[in-house]
Amino acid sequence: MSAPLKIGKLSAWIEAVGLLAPGIPDWTTGAKILRAELPYQNAPTLLPLPQSLPAAERRRASRVIKLCIALGTEAIQNAGLTAQNLASVFSASNGDGHNIHAICEALAQPDRMVSPTRFHNSVHNAASGYWSIAAASMQASTVLAAFDATFSAGLLEAVVQVNSSAVPLLLLAYDSEYPEPILSKRFMPDAGGIALVLANAPGAHCLARIEISLSQEGPPSPMDGAALESLRRSIPALEGLPLLAHLARGTAASLSLRYFAPTHLTVEIQPC
Amino acid sequence: MDALELTSYTATTCLGRGLDAQLVALRHQSSHLHPCDFGDAAIDTWVGTVAGIDEIRLPAALSAYECRNIRLAYLGLQMDGFEQAVQAAIRQYGAHRVGVFVGTSNAGILETELGYRQRDPITGALPPGVNYEARHSTYSVVSFIRRYFQLSGVSVVISTACSSSAKTFAAASRMISQGIIDAAIVGGVDSLCYTTLYGFSSLELTSRQACRPYDAHRSGLSLGEGAAFALLERPASQPDSQPDRAAVCLLGYGETSDAHHMSSPHPQGLGAKMAMEQALSSAGLQPSDIDYINLHGTATLSNDLAEGRAVLELFGAQTACSSTKGHTGHTLGAAGAVEAILCALALKHGIKPGGANTQVLDTTIGINYLLKNEHAGLRYALSNSFGFGGSNCALVFGMTP
Repeated sequence: MSAPLKIGKLSAWIEAVGLLAPGIPDWTTGAKILRAELPYQNAPTLLPLPQSLPAAERRRASRVIKLCIALGTEAIQNAGLTAQNLASVFSASNGDGHNIHAICEALAQPDRMVSPTRFHNSVHNAASGYWSIAAASMQASTVLAAFDATFSAGLLEAVVQVNSSAVPLLLLAYDSEYPEPILSKRFMPDAGGIALVLANAPGAHCLARIEISLSQEGPPSPMDGAALESLRRSIPALEGLPLLAHLARGTAASLSLRYFAPTHLTVEIQPC
Repeated sequence: MDALELTSYTATTCLGRGLDAQLVALRHQSSHLHPCDFGDAAIDTWVGTVAGIDEIRLPAALSAYECRNIRLAYLGLQMDGFEQAVQAAIRQYGAHRVGVFVGTSNAGILETELGYRQRDPITGALPPGVNYEARHSTYSVVSFIRRYFQLSGVSVVISTACSSSAKTFAAASRMISQGIIDAAIVGGVDSLCYTTLYGFSSLELTSRQACRPYDAHRSGLSLGEGAAFALLERPASQPDSQPDRAAVCLLGYGETSDAHHMSSPHPQGLGAKMAMEQALSSAGLQPSDIDYINLHGTATLSNDLAEGRAVLELFGAQTACSSTKGHTGHTLGAAGAVEAILCALALKHGIKPGGANTQVLDTTIGINYLLKNEHAGLRYALSNSFGFGGSNCALVFGMTP
């Protein structure tokens, strides 16, 4: 089944993590849960107010934008870097479900009045746009849509960019919940995501060196414990949780993360 | 960056299906925009629709993907021998070594918009025909292309509004240079839908006439739709390539963010200028090397003013420029790829396209905006694409010597 593939390997160093998920308010708490020092309890995701946004943008910030600003801010603080200087890769299954729902509802009414703010928030790169304003960053930002491969597609693009540009970069893999009636068509129960600061050489905060490649080996690496495994499977962006578990424990591993069938992303982890 | 050859390329827009139709329209400076007749949209604006999309049928095995956006993608793939070129690349490199990178903004949201008109009156449920994964999902178009060609390597949608498909050229070139893939299908697909028609109208950005980029009396954009693709490979990596054959190559790219506003450009075009500077630097060229600039040129007051300032500052008043959105309308997520292909045609056929519809130039901008076609040998062309969220991308194309 797993034919050997002629595929290049690329390496990068993970400098910092941001984490926000149902029952996990930040990376510090998340690392304790992943080391089994704290029990995991599922609870609705709590999104902090995006203080770094100017007032006008803060008023218009939806849940997915709050999610990204919280994730990115935490990762950059942990890396001891300045957001302004970092290019970014955003990866999400799809856009803001509440906003799409509101627009589709408006379009089904006789007058079809679409709010201008809702319209400009409907672009898939809305979170990237708000992030660049909050960070005052004019660096490049790429925004991917990858259905169930949010995390792997984002990590692959980010590692390729880090090796192309040779400067640190922020990866934000994130997804947010859908309301009904879309929820019945695409299950996405809550908001959650992972941010990584990646570099092409080990820095002061280096957590691990990773080496990635595409392969047809599988299946995807599961989480220890039913509750965390269920969390991994419920939100595509959280497919990176097994990687975070090894970062939290400081252990080496070779993981298989869900990409697009029949292909997986192999991630080999070596702690710094 | 190392040059990459566009070994095959194609575009389908309101100008017609395939390269010949685009070239004829460029030669005649024809606009194919017409008063909006899309569905039951009641908006006083002009649009550029691709004729006959609704009659297209996808292969039976892929019928789950049936929707306007994927039908347009499928139609586009079949023009100009593009599909055959992709199959040859797959035979040469392997199905896991040919990547797919497509830009789209709307995907198949139209199907969900229509589904919301038919919700169950009791439960509110959407009708069974609404297929999220294969139609609505932003990734759906690449999912279709991956399955259609039975590819197993890198595949991803880039969705950064109106810069989406320009950025696929940059992403693919990085993957090729890092050895992850050998060839890439890049491009963009976007089709009309009610969200964009009513959304741009709510922002008062749609014109009541055919759009007139860089005109003193411009009054907003005209929405269009299109599918455009290119196959990127290292130069002369095709077994049948001729050493003396002149080919169109991607030479450079630049990507920046405005960090200014979600739906208005930076007033001085600062992010746009930085993207053009990066693209030139990545191609190893000076501003004076560029023979033609395909402007983003949406014909909104603010876009053309900001972009024009950036172009004037960087290139001066001599470099020939035009926007081809007067011909095609604004094809949103497909615009970067459509205009990349129009640049390829300009280079190959030695034509600097004059804009369509523009009558009286906005002289306050001061760039050399072509009102008439010019015929001359072109070596290098630059294409601009800018999107909501302040996403900017500039590409440089050139002929191999």
